[in-house]
Amino acid sequence: MDFDKEYFNLGFLDTLSYKDTVIHRLDPRTKVIATFALIITVVSFSKYEIARLIPFFLFPVVIFSLGDIPVWFILKKVLIVSVFAVFIGIFNPLFDTHVRVNLFGIPVSGGWVSFFSILLKFFLTMCSALLLISTTSFPGICHALQKLRIPEIFISQLLFLYRYIFVLIEETLRMVRARDLRSFGKKGKGMGVFINLIGTLFMRTIERADRIYHAMLSRGFSGTIHYVKRDRLRKADFVCLSVTGVVLTLFRAYDLVSFIGRQAERMF
Amino acid sequence: MSHHIIDFKDVVFQYPDGTEALKGVSFRITHGESVGIVGANGAGKSTLLLQMNGYMLPSSGLISIGDLELTKKTRQEIRKKVGVVFQNPDDQLFMPTVYDDVAFGPLNLGMSTERVTDRVNSALQTIGCLDLATKPPHHLSAGQKRAVSIATVLAMEPDILAMDEPSSNLDPKSRRDLIGLLKEFKHTKIIASHDLDFILEVCERCLVIKDGLIVADGPASDILTNQLLLEENNLELPLSLQKNRMQ
Repeated sequence: MDFDKEYFNLGFLDTLSYKDTVIHRLDPRTKVIATFALIITVVSFSKYEIARLIPFFLFPVVIFSLGDIPVWFILKKVLIVSVFAVFIGIFNPLFDTHVRVNLFGIPVSGGWVSFFSILLKFFLTMCSALLLISTTSFPGICHALQKLRIPEIFISQLLFLYRYIFVLIEETLRMVRARDLRSFGKKGKGMGVFINLIGTLFMRTIERADRIYHAMLSRGFSGTIHYVKRDRLRKADFVCLSVTGVVLTLFRAYDLVSFIGRQAERMF
Repeated sequence: MSHHIIDFKDVVFQYPDGTEALKGVSFRITHGESVGIVGANGAGKSTLLLQMNGYMLPSSGLISIGDLELTKKTRQEIRKKVGVVFQNPDDQLFMPTVYDDVAFGPLNLGMSTERVTDRVNSALQTIGCLDLATKPPHHLSAGQKRAVSIATVLAMEPDILAMDEPSSNLDPKSRRDLIGLLKEFKHTKIIASHDLDFILEVCERCLVIKDGLIVADGPASDILTNQLLLEENNLELPLSLQKNRMQ
């Protein structure tokens, strides 16, 4: 029943995005822009950077707490995808062996440093992307992208994807259930049946697409999808955007970690 | 008012694979009538409905909606007059939120934002779902989806409302609500259904269709009490009448 579980996970992420908190109430554009800015700032650091990335964890922490998002749920998701990041960085320690830092007397090679830098960057970017979708409804993100001048055709595709992925998954779920209930042991779960299942699903999808198109035509569709404009940027959005901007610049331009470190050294 | 009339004259329709779904259908529905279309599975009910707004054009014969004859050129106009509610709300609701979906038709008619907002709000108000406006369709129950599907069509203010199996998959309460809702509409209504009690309550007139032909046309109270006619068409007496008979 893995399939069921994944579906509920997706559904849960979607349900999260319809909560009502300070973060959820922000205009989607604000959140999209802020997330992009954060991601770009994080990846703009050099490949051996570790310490200066740490302050950026402020962002996910603030969003987790203000947006009332269950931390473990998101962390689990990040963990699952982290395999990719690990594979990207895993060979760095082998190729890049010259010692860059001495940590309490232990020499650490540049490869390990860059490997951890990749992991940190991955964690920060992935976390903020997931937080964006769990604090903003998908249609909201699409409208934001549309206002930011992303071509219409991509927006429509995304919107239809969002609308029908649930319908499609439910349809698959019913078919898989029907198969499971009438197959015993390994019989009935082989490749042949699976191929038939996919084929049927494909045919049904085509038929559905036809009916949807018909429904669109019936309501006067003639090539472009129009939307009613409704989101307004409010004061909170401007405040949020400027705070994000200032903090990001600060974190990018100044090495806060070593500044705090030096202050601490001087005090003791 | 002449423009609310539906006129079918010897309409024949053949599917591309050669199946003849309609074999010469003629009828006339006048302004404000509510007409039920009943018949066995595969008798041609849905095909008949799809003819009405020009999704499929008849192979031969003539369909006029009001003063307009249905052709490739006029079907855009006709779609403004005839609102079709499909059997499966998931096909009907294709936009990400209820609000966007209800606004889809009016926006395509080229209305201003204020007028669209008015239309959407009043349509949602009519079906009592104003609080669902921001929800995505997959968060709705089957009954809510059905109600919203009707709102999407109502928002276009069509003269004629055509519905395919509106009561399927509804729980008794939602079905009862829908009956109440439809009774209030002053539109011309055409309802294809197997739910004969539903037709009996909502419609004054009833057409029986069999193998692509109309075999009976008359007041719903006459046709739906004619046991012989109904049984010949894979139908039976409406349950409400069966109970009366037993007592």
